Amino acid sequence: MRGSVAIVGVGLAGCGEAPGWSETEIAAAAAKNALADAQLTSRDVDGLVVASTNIFMPGLSLAEHLGIHPRFTDSTMVGGSSFVGHLIPAALALQAGLCDVVLVAYGSNQRTGVGRAEAGKYKAALDPQPFEHPYKPFNPPSSYALAAARHMHQYGTTRAQLAEVAVAARKWAQLNPEAFSRDPLTVDEVLGSRMISDPLTVRDCCLVTDGGGAFVLVRADRAKDVAKQPAYLLGAGSAHWHRQISSMPDLTVTAATESGMRAYAMAGLKPSDVDVIELYDAFTINTILFLEDLGFCRKGEGGAFVSGGRIAPGGELPVNTNGGGLSCVHPGMYGIFTIIESVRQLRGECGDRQIKDVRIALAHGNGGVLSSQITALFGTRETL
Amino acid sequence: MPAPEPGPEKIYSDKLAQGRFEIQKCAACGRHVFYPRVLCPHCGASRLDWVTPSGNGTVYSTTIVRRKPADGGDYNVALIDLEEGVRMMSRVAELAPEQVKIGQRVKSRVAEGLVEFVPA
Repeated sequence: MRGSVAIVGVGLAGCGEAPGWSETEIAAAAAKNALADAQLTSRDVDGLVVASTNIFMPGLSLAEHLGIHPRFTDSTMVGGSSFVGHLIPAALALQAGLCDVVLVAYGSNQRTGVGRAEAGKYKAALDPQPFEHPYKPFNPPSSYALAAARHMHQYGTTRAQLAEVAVAARKWAQLNPEAFSRDPLTVDEVLGSRMISDPLTVRDCCLVTDGGGAFVLVRADRAKDVAKQPAYLLGAGSAHWHRQISSMPDLTVTAATESGMRAYAMAGLKPSDVDVIELYDAFTINTILFLEDLGFCRKGEGGAFVSGGRIAPGGELPVNTNGGGLSCVHPGMYGIFTIIESVRQLRGECGDRQIKDVRIALAHGNGGVLSSQITALFGTRETL
Repeated sequence: MPAPEPGPEKIYSDKLAQGRFEIQKCAACGRHVFYPRVLCPHCGASRLDWVTPSGNGTVYSTTIVRRKPADGGDYNVALIDLEEGVRMMSRVAELAPEQVKIGQRVKSRVAEGLVEFVPA
């Protein structure tokens, strides 16, 4: 699979607030932008991949909206890791010749449309979790809080170290004109903000925004013809070990250990080869866990590793350069934005937040409550 | 024709409604299973027997869900490791939420059809 497909267009739409827009409309608008970026049109699309937390048959809805008749459709739902995960079936479908141009798209209006609380009531009725729900965890924050509390107990990780993650994300967001939250933020402010589920405050939790994203994937032979630098898929791997936090074997070790290993093996790369890292930071503990599990530091050392601005602008290791789910955008399933920022960094079009000489980018999606982990590695043409 | 036996989740909750907390044990590999399953998640064997756990457990992790006093105030949610080797979500009663600590020894009880724990 290494190097066989490439992303040739990316697009955003409705990020922040998109009142008056439906989920499918936001996905379609992101698709329009991604197709324009690839210098293609909806007439070229014959493979469609989309996932939604609310829409019953999102692939059918979006295809109908765009007026396309896909030869290949996938709507695999593994929470926020979905769109990173979609790279794998999409690449296989392209390689098998089932289709030639795959559009992957996402839209959500969770901030101004059907809210999380309302949607949550329906989900609780249709998909009950009888071994957790009676104890009223405030999910997803409580599940991540349990993981953070265990990491703190086992490794001495501190709330201030968690806060460093939020502060670094905010500093990146301040360099990104498209980010939703750009006000200054300090460690003390994170520590002093409203507690949601101990040890996580509201500033340890991701944003709740509207927004959508899309990307266009083609075989590498076709990618040669596009105007902008293609982002070649060098490796991808997925893993999941549980759905509910009470079924997670060890709350300090995620399945990213496996997804990362698979992606690195396919790409023939190691952590030190990676120039920029885009992780799904739904909560501050995520960044610490994923940096450990993807091999950027040792297990238990993530808290110290992120301290002192190491992952902030100007630090040694650029992580979540768009501001992440904590400060840029979080419409419910952030995974696709890790890919879009990776592609933009590889192309060198990130303005003030651009990392110099990016050749390899890592995008990592997280779904459920540290449940589904999917890692992808992208590279420029020189890395093939 | 006799009514078909309900699924394991219903069997579990019916027992709890009668005040009995039981978990499963695999007849093949001997490991305990929670939450109740149709087949053993450890070895794949299909015969799972119902057994009564000792009720002894340890707090594996804990959080305080923050809630306005008017809505009932803060409360504890915890993950408890039973000495049979299975983990479950629950709460620790008879302690203020901030007094619940990882590593604490706790004992199960059934309260209003739900398993909760108290300090051992």
